[in-house]
Amino acid sequence: MTPDTPPIDKTRKRLSLGPVLYYWPEDQLRRFYNMAAESVIDIVYLGETVCSKRRSLNTKGWLEIADMLTRAGKEVVLSSLSLIEAASELATLKRICANGRFRVEANDMAAVQVLAGKSEFIAGTTLSIYNTHTLEKLAHLGVVRWVMPVEQSRDVLRIFRQKMESSMEIEVFAWGRLPLAFSARCYTARNHNLPKDNCQFRCLDDPDGILLRTREDDSFLVLNGTQTQSALTHNLVNEINDPNIDIFRISPQSQHTGEIIKIFHDCLIDQQNIDQAVAALESFMPTGPCNGYWYGEAGMLAGCSTS
Amino acid sequence: MKLVCPAGNLPSLKAAVDNGADAVYIGFRDSTNARHFAGLNFSNTQIEKGLQYARDHQVKVFVAINTYPLPSDFTHWQKAVDRAAELGVDALILADIGVMDYACERWPELNLHLSVQSSSTSHEAIRFFAEQFGIRRAVIPRVLSIKQVATLIEHSPVPIEVFGFGSLCVMVEGRCFLSSYVTGQGPNNFGACSPAAFVRWQETDRGLETRLNEVLIDQVGKGENAGYPTVCKGRFEVMGKTGYAIEAPTSLNTLPILPELLRIGAAAIKIEGRQRSPAYVKQVTRIMREAIDACKADPDNFTPKQEWMTQLAALSEGTQTTLGAYERTWQ
Repeated sequence: MTPDTPPIDKTRKRLSLGPVLYYWPEDQLRRFYNMAAESVIDIVYLGETVCSKRRSLNTKGWLEIADMLTRAGKEVVLSSLSLIEAASELATLKRICANGRFRVEANDMAAVQVLAGKSEFIAGTTLSIYNTHTLEKLAHLGVVRWVMPVEQSRDVLRIFRQKMESSMEIEVFAWGRLPLAFSARCYTARNHNLPKDNCQFRCLDDPDGILLRTREDDSFLVLNGTQTQSALTHNLVNEINDPNIDIFRISPQSQHTGEIIKIFHDCLIDQQNIDQAVAALESFMPTGPCNGYWYGEAGMLAGCSTS
Repeated sequence: MKLVCPAGNLPSLKAAVDNGADAVYIGFRDSTNARHFAGLNFSNTQIEKGLQYARDHQVKVFVAINTYPLPSDFTHWQKAVDRAAELGVDALILADIGVMDYACERWPELNLHLSVQSSSTSHEAIRFFAEQFGIRRAVIPRVLSIKQVATLIEHSPVPIEVFGFGSLCVMVEGRCFLSSYVTGQGPNNFGACSPAAFVRWQETDRGLETRLNEVLIDQVGKGENAGYPTVCKGRFEVMGKTGYAIEAPTSLNTLPILPELLRIGAAAIKIEGRQRSPAYVKQVTRIMREAIDACKADPDNFTPKQEWMTQLAALSEGTQTTLGAYERTWQ
């Protein structure tokens, strides 16, 4: 346990704010985290997870925000880059892992290697953890919380919950456009006809990524630099009573994140509000809902349910 | 620099062996491997025949068990590991941590290779699998520039196998959910990208449409070739323009950088395509064998023959090839 990690209250379900997946300028990030500090969010994941060229904040800047959020009573976790290619990215990763104060969310096996056996850490949603044998092995090496890969279903989660020690916390990606793939190629640069090495930081133009439509005009995907996301917003507010989920992750978007946090929180306290909440949340989705993965269906499907 | 060739069935295995493969990689006939297509892969009897044929010609056989079992299916993957071990294959190509843990406990002598599906792109990631499970080779994703591959090889605890030719995954392997987002099934949870059951080709007034679970992936005019509808190689509309927003149908071809791959110490070159025909395996294996031999004999003066390039392009998606992420400008 690192000194700045508050003791965890495992008796109640909690809300987390995932790392900002888009490229926002520094002042927008600072305003966003000031909002988070004043919100009812329990846990905040900080850091750049998509592209190492995005440098609105350096490690020092992120740590300042981490301090501010800690003072506001939040549990802070530092998230690592999801796809590691360059030696400089490994160096940054090692610096983050050696911060000595905050837990790290490992989003790549290099981070697992750096952290294994040295400190408690969080297995991020982009690690390929599909069965309890894998998670048990990682638990021996220090994983104390698991953020389930987005393509896993509630049925799989139930088996994990049954088989894992109760000390393993389980977090799900409950709100946001789903991260679906990572690449060496930058699709934002490509669609601006720019080489990646001279991308002119065009991701800054689109605070929620660039919409990709099929030729039948269906909103399909979102290009976010080297990351590809779903255009539809994944929403699990309906599952707020699921006994197998410890933490609901809200993935930041440029508008309405504060209101989304509040609605999830209201539902945690009083489940009567869920129907109203679903309607209110749909108005905050850039292009509409999806929840298929949760029910073991195609991820893009919406309106799936248990019956 | 060894040549590792794909075989989706016995005739392909023989074609690879006869045309100069140093090793062939195969899979069982189920979802334990990443080319889980109907009519493909090996039954036990076929594996035994294949192993014998390869051994008679001093060629190694690797078995890919490189998908991710869900908790309810884990024993099936364990059995696949046991089966491969009992058959005495030369290596297992694995991706899942749980399966690797089982394999190295149960069969400590077994030679384990880290699959590209494990998504390990740095020497630290590879070191994890080397320290924990004693892997003896790693196959790396198609996301690194040639310079980054060189750095990785320099620091890697184990020899590195790189992709040399074949269909190109443009997303980092092992962490791409595009197929499962559209169909519910993808490489990790089912062993196939864009499973055929969800593919529909339809002739319409606007041309030939290709759909994946009803999502329009591409639409081609008369005389144009329609590619297989993988999401990453479809045509979509972005910022008012319609085109290949992610990547055009194309295949990876590393012949132009073969001397560089040799110089930086790539231990093996892998050809993609267990789902392709014996004729494909035969032709690609033969060309790559000739090219590697020519390159080893005189790396400084090696240039790929035009006929090799033409023949490989003819076997490629969209009949065109690329150096992919090896070349910085592609990224």
